[in-house]
Amino acid sequence: MTLDHPIMQGPVCPMPKIHTEKVVMGHGSGGRMSQELIRDIFQSQFNYKPLMVGNDFGFVNLPEAANLSGHLSISTDMHMVTPLFFPGGDIGKLAICGTVNDVAMSGGKPLYLTAGFILEEGFRMDILSRVVASMKAAAEESGIQIVAGDTKVAERGSADKLFINTSGIAWVPDHLQIGGQYAKPGDKVIVSGTLGDHGIAVLGARGDLGFEADIKSDIAPLNHMIQEILEVAPNIHVFRDPTRGGLGTTLNEIAVQSQTSIWINENELPVNPVVQAACEMLGFDPLYIANEGKLVTICPAEEADAALEAMQNNQYGKNAVIIGDVRESDPGRVLLRTLIGGTRLVDSLLGEILPRIC
Amino acid sequence: MQFTKEFRNPALAKAAINELHRITTRDWVIMEICGGQTHAIMQYGIDQLLPPQIELVHGPGCPVCVTPLELIDKALAIAAQSDIIFTSYGDMLRVPGSHDDLFSIRADGGDVRTVYSPLDAVKIAQENPDKEVVFFAIGFETTAPANVMSIIQAKNLGLTNYSILVSQALVPPAMHAILGSENNRVQGFLAAGHVCSIMGYWEYPPIAEQYQIPITVTGFEPVDILNGILTTVNQLEAGNIGVTNSYPRVVNEQGNQPAQKIIETVYQVCDRQWRGIGLIPQSGWCLRNEFDAFNAEKKFNLSHIQTQESPICIAGQILQGFKKPDQCPAFGKECTPRTPLGATMVSSEGACAAYYRFARNRK
Repeated sequence: MTLDHPIMQGPVCPMPKIHTEKVVMGHGSGGRMSQELIRDIFQSQFNYKPLMVGNDFGFVNLPEAANLSGHLSISTDMHMVTPLFFPGGDIGKLAICGTVNDVAMSGGKPLYLTAGFILEEGFRMDILSRVVASMKAAAEESGIQIVAGDTKVAERGSADKLFINTSGIAWVPDHLQIGGQYAKPGDKVIVSGTLGDHGIAVLGARGDLGFEADIKSDIAPLNHMIQEILEVAPNIHVFRDPTRGGLGTTLNEIAVQSQTSIWINENELPVNPVVQAACEMLGFDPLYIANEGKLVTICPAEEADAALEAMQNNQYGKNAVIIGDVRESDPGRVLLRTLIGGTRLVDSLLGEILPRIC
Repeated sequence: MQFTKEFRNPALAKAAINELHRITTRDWVIMEICGGQTHAIMQYGIDQLLPPQIELVHGPGCPVCVTPLELIDKALAIAAQSDIIFTSYGDMLRVPGSHDDLFSIRADGGDVRTVYSPLDAVKIAQENPDKEVVFFAIGFETTAPANVMSIIQAKNLGLTNYSILVSQALVPPAMHAILGSENNRVQGFLAAGHVCSIMGYWEYPPIAEQYQIPITVTGFEPVDILNGILTTVNQLEAGNIGVTNSYPRVVNEQGNQPAQKIIETVYQVCDRQWRGIGLIPQSGWCLRNEFDAFNAEKKFNLSHIQTQESPICIAGQILQGFKKPDQCPAFGKECTPRTPLGATMVSSEGACAAYYRFARNRK
């Protein structure tokens, strides 16, 4: 006779409690609970073939067009944000888009991504599942496949809820030469939309603004827009996403890398009025507030109009605008023509952004 | 009306600039009092667009800059203690004391928090009855009403774990100190609009009279500042003295009287040290004795503090308008926002920081 359940007689070792609602230390043990976590939360949504095989590595193909030519661009990024969910996105979408955008800025096609999770003991499973679903949706939109992953559980108090690391690979065809070092005097500088939406949305969600701000994060995967730009403007010199540090810091990096100066016009800078108002109240400058769904393009002047149009035709580039140009003088500096006709330096962000006193 | 667009209007700015070029016939030295104005001047490149005869010198109106080093060291000593939550406006966190700043205290485990208002600090005190919460109450007349209000609120709530470290400075005595100095070069003042929004400008006519200069109450947007300069130069060229309000959308002569009354119930005028400048009589506000329980300087034992200023920093001369930031040999070399020798290189209202940030490329 076989029994579905063992018969309990006398004092027995109690069955361990099955934790499906909260992350416990056992989920990081590498044992069965870890396997259940991987199966129920991750593989149930990340059903990519290389991942489902279950090896310690993801075994992946080069795209057919690669034909053993071109290069790979690789990037890795850690993601921690408070709160985990905010208007316009969450840490999961951030983790995918951040890395997709980083590798896509090479002009390449994002192929594969790995994801590592540090979970705090006690973190709720249903919230984790929502984050994973959001990652899946962002991966689908961008077309990148999640092919390897890892999970560790940290004791309560030694990690803040959830940290995600993602690494990505993109294939870059041979004919592209894109990078901060390639900006040339005479090039035009185009930004794909309004500045600072993400930073202000997160500050607002934290309750740090002290007032309501109706603004959503701009988080988005930009790889499709990049391919659309390259179709009409194949000689792009630079793509860069102005994330932490904002556009001001990004342009400084490019000016230093290329030993050129970048000149921008204050009256061309696109800023959402809500972001502008929040910045005025706090003494922030939208040039230094983080973006997660914007890119800056630097391209030869003769391709600028085509690139601009391609950006404006994409849902994430509707407010794209040419903001300035690249020059030879003052190498390594970013200069801004002010609203009233003066000229000033645009510095890199030094450290933490601090609100002013009065 | 939007609150910025009209006052950043390029056409209006251009009209004021053209008028300045038309009327200016002689050399004039004008001081803007407030560090916020200094930053706007550098941020919009206003100084580049003026006739060459007009020289703007930068005043002491940067609260972080004039906070005495001893008080910053006291703040650091308090913040480093256990069971303390030290709260401050963000600006103060990077200002160097003799050896440290609040950032490094925080990195070493101190509970240092940025607040946007002292009332947030009172809330923190309410939520953490087992901790002492201290707020660094720095500022000119502008921040005084909120700082004072936090004491009144804490008292009404019966809180015994809230106190403030006061560094409250007053503008008119500083104007006296600058104009009365034998090295004074200032011929006209742009008075600080925000300070006047609280205090009005009834204190200024006697100063204008005594030193025979024009004083113009001025705002912070480029068109405001240009109009302030234009009004002042018009007076100088015509040989007029007196006080003009060129910021009437915010300021009236009497100021915010309920705020002035509240300030008087909690603060009293006292002598005060200005970092880099020295003691100016009757130039600050201190807590009245009946509020000793909320006075961090009396609550904590801070007698061991010994200060040490950088010997090469010339912030004092800059704050009095004797020198410009880029005339300091250390500017952009030993002294940068990353490695500041004085508070003027740190604060978002400091003149050295404004020059470094917006104009260090100028020859």
